[in-house]
Amino acid sequence: MSNYVLFTIIIFYLLALFLIAFIAEKNSKSKWVNNAIVYTLSLAVYCTAWTYYGSIGIAANSGVNFLPIYLGPVIAAPLWIILLRKIIRISKQHKISSIADFISLRYGNHRFLGALVTIVCLLAIVPYISLQLKAVSETFQILSDDTSYVSTSVYDDSTFYIALLLAVFATFFGTQTTDASEKHKGIVMSVAFESIIKLAFFLFVGIYVTYVLFDGTEDIYTRMSKAENFEALTSINGFENGFNWLYTIMLSFMAIFLLPRQFQVAVVENVREKHLKGAIWMFPLYLLLFNLFVIFIAWAGNLTIGNADQAEYYALLLPLQNGNTVLSVLVFLGGFSAVISMVVVATLALSTMVSNNLVIPYGFLDYFVKSHPERNARYIKNIRRISIFSIIIIAYAFYVNFSFELSLYSIGLMAFVIIAQLAPSFFIGLFWNRGSSKATIIGIIAGLTVVFYTLILPFGIQALTGSDDLVQYGLKNIEALKPHALLGIDFLSPPAHAFFWSMLVNVFCYVTFSVLTKGNYRERNYAEMYVDSRNYTDLQDGALVWKGEAYVAEIKKVLIKFLGEPRTERALNLFFRKYDLPLDTQMADARLINFSEKLLTGSIGSASAKILISSVVKEDEVSLVEVLKILEESKETIARNKLLREKSNELTKLTNQLKEANEELLEKDKQKDEFLDTVAHELKTPITGIRATTELLMDDEDDMPSEIKAQFLKNMLQDSDRLSRLIHNILDFEKLSKGRTQLNIQKHNIRHTIQRTMDSLYHIADKKQVKLIHSNMSAIYAEYDEDRIVQVLTNLMSNAIKFCDAKKGKVVVDYKYDKGFLEVTVKDNGKGIPDQDMPYIFDKFYQSKNQNIQKPEGSGLGLAICKQIVDNHNGNIWAKNNQKSGVTFGFKLPFK
Amino acid sequence: MKKIVIVDDEPNIVMTLEYTFKKHDFEVFIARDGSEALEILERVIPDVIMLDIMMPKVDGYQTLKAIKDNNQLKHTKVVFLTAKNKASDIEKGLKLGADKYLTKPFSVKKIVSEINELIAS
Repeated sequence: MSNYVLFTIIIFYLLALFLIAFIAEKNSKSKWVNNAIVYTLSLAVYCTAWTYYGSIGIAANSGVNFLPIYLGPVIAAPLWIILLRKIIRISKQHKISSIADFISLRYGNHRFLGALVTIVCLLAIVPYISLQLKAVSETFQILSDDTSYVSTSVYDDSTFYIALLLAVFATFFGTQTTDASEKHKGIVMSVAFESIIKLAFFLFVGIYVTYVLFDGTEDIYTRMSKAENFEALTSINGFENGFNWLYTIMLSFMAIFLLPRQFQVAVVENVREKHLKGAIWMFPLYLLLFNLFVIFIAWAGNLTIGNADQAEYYALLLPLQNGNTVLSVLVFLGGFSAVISMVVVATLALSTMVSNNLVIPYGFLDYFVKSHPERNARYIKNIRRISIFSIIIIAYAFYVNFSFELSLYSIGLMAFVIIAQLAPSFFIGLFWNRGSSKATIIGIIAGLTVVFYTLILPFGIQALTGSDDLVQYGLKNIEALKPHALLGIDFLSPPAHAFFWSMLVNVFCYVTFSVLTKGNYRERNYAEMYVDSRNYTDLQDGALVWKGEAYVAEIKKVLIKFLGEPRTERALNLFFRKYDLPLDTQMADARLINFSEKLLTGSIGSASAKILISSVVKEDEVSLVEVLKILEESKETIARNKLLREKSNELTKLTNQLKEANEELLEKDKQKDEFLDTVAHELKTPITGIRATTELLMDDEDDMPSEIKAQFLKNMLQDSDRLSRLIHNILDFEKLSKGRTQLNIQKHNIRHTIQRTMDSLYHIADKKQVKLIHSNMSAIYAEYDEDRIVQVLTNLMSNAIKFCDAKKGKVVVDYKYDKGFLEVTVKDNGKGIPDQDMPYIFDKFYQSKNQNIQKPEGSGLGLAICKQIVDNHNGNIWAKNNQKSGVTFGFKLPFK
Repeated sequence: MKKIVIVDDEPNIVMTLEYTFKKHDFEVFIARDGSEALEILERVIPDVIMLDIMMPKVDGYQTLKAIKDNNQLKHTKVVFLTAKNKASDIEKGLKLGADKYLTKPFSVKKIVSEINELIAS
């Protein structure tokens, strides 16, 4: 295929990407742009040309060692829900736009630290970008047919133009706003699209190779198993190599958080926290699919091509050699997609860091302060644009000069090892508030030195001079200083070895110096905010400790320089409204300082924001003790607020209880009134009878028939009895309920007691023709006051007889031993008790809901007295309606 | 002969009233609660109805309402005779349309004169 055709395809593909990015920017609020799938696919920027081509190279030459690079992220994914969410929250709160900002803010917007992190990232990523360019260039050459042609100058090297096009793309969609913390939805969408393309085309070629060129996976496996080194290709090769695996997994685990492009897509471009929930399972799935056919393409390549040098491009060569040009172009486009997404996102992330953490804080600030807002915005954008172009051009230069010797895999791992130097300050700093900026700087520099000696230096010397004396014999021929086998540790691969030593030194320095030195108050302040991000939303603007004098007008002036007049006004109005301050507030407080720094951070980075704001305010030094005190106080305020809330809840509860108690009292009062009414009625009834009868008898002029006279006298007697019984009941109840009754407790046989009660009731029962049944013959002895229990039984049984139908009625008395208690039951087949009355039947005075209008059956005290008697025996009494008809009353008495 | 319906659930009291009114030439009908009273009133239109209030099943108030709802009975004179003697009870009884409100315990003589007075008015 000719260069021109291929180049045209590339141009069209890039145009398609432009279009996608453009449409996404225009519809930035659409749900097609903002969802968990796009988020996950953008995370797949992790899969670069290294994944696309490099994995196959490793699989062909050294077996399954490509896997740990994907196992780290798979292990990390479930942790995102905790770890990444915390990082995202902090970043959104502070308008953080890069990992350099994130780390430098944690250590108190430390300017040098931000710059150092930027440099580490540049060191790691620029060669990595150049390797991507190399992949494009090499695959381009494989596809184009005029292999004899070797470009002699930059101007006729197609890779150069492709690199420039990528820079234009990144510039166009990456620098639309000055605020770098704002979302770049166009770029994210195009990355997501590319992630689909690269996965799909990689799967195409996998299926093609496995099922078209070969007879399925088994066929490849059988044929491959005849190869000499088959054993080595399919295992992790023993215990020592196991450490290589372990360290590589750790490396990739860190990389998924720390790589600038990953931080960009995972944190800065995150639209909603909840998208993480989808990503934690979709992203590992994506990686799994990507690795499905790697081993088979590699083996198929080994079997049919067998050229170890070209192993990285088996995916491209296999269809090409079998005459399937279309498929190889698709494979090329897939690899190209992997390259574009990596290069664009990485340069975007790096350019933000370079401008916000390197260029602006170290030189342009003074200039900005003097200049106009529109001009400043343009300058900031231009700095970023120039950074993007510079990074790509430097990467291109690196590729032209260095990269002939390198495999995708080794440079990729080197980048990981360098980037891993940020891990201690990043991960430990999130959970340990002692970590200080000095310790971080020392740790990073020390770790970097180790990486330089164990990885970069030998590699550089080898690339430049072709000599590997240093690796063979060590520095000054000292055995222990061999770069790839420090202190005799010779079983690790160079990247794993470098990772092990650099991490050891880095973590040691970080922890030791953190313990030894104390950061200034600002550092401790931010450390507290990062570590304690659970209370984060509570602390917010108020969490920054600041003391000094500052005028709102001065701060406003600075803000206008970068945000312009309208945005500044809007932001400040919002701020004043949020904290309920008058719009003409003169003096700024800590919250405004913090708020303004946040506003500026997006545009010029956290370090510069701090410098700018402190230039217009007169800040007093705050002692560490004060910081801690203020932080404690703000925590205390929160705690106190919580306590207040709890107290208030308690009070509400108490009030409700009081209300209930009051209602109960009122109810009791009403009940008492009702009772008194009832008592009055009950007393009046016999008195009325007696009074009327007496009057009639007195006025009798001897014309009253003698039988009527006798009846009247009998009635008077009856009424008198009724009266005295009522009075007796009231007094008895009062005595029982006040505990003034002495029980005469003796040992009795319950059978005899029941029999005694029944003997006195037979005549009533007989009169109504109700059967009284007592068939239990067993003797159970318990201790109780027999007269009182007879009273209870009499009451229950006469009630039962009263409520039974005449002739059909049946009252059954029974008793049994029940778990330390004697239980006696009286069961009838009468009309039962209405459900709504059931809970109240033992209450004193309670008879029925309608008791004030319907005449009650008795004094309303019978059951209440029973309850008092049983209670005085430490027993309990109950009633329940039978399933068919009637009710069962029962009571339990303890044996002692 | 004057007719009176006595509605009360206390037999001893009823007995004194029955004896007294019979002696004063009344034809006396006895009911033990409201529903019995209404049954009697279906066949007898008395000169006066004497009602207790606190009775089982249908109480005095309900009985009075039923009487007032019946076109044939609504002009019949009704007297409450009850132990409920609070001012609020009396007010309620009269409001419902009772012509007299007498309380227990009572004097037999006074009851007879009150009833005669009512019938004459």
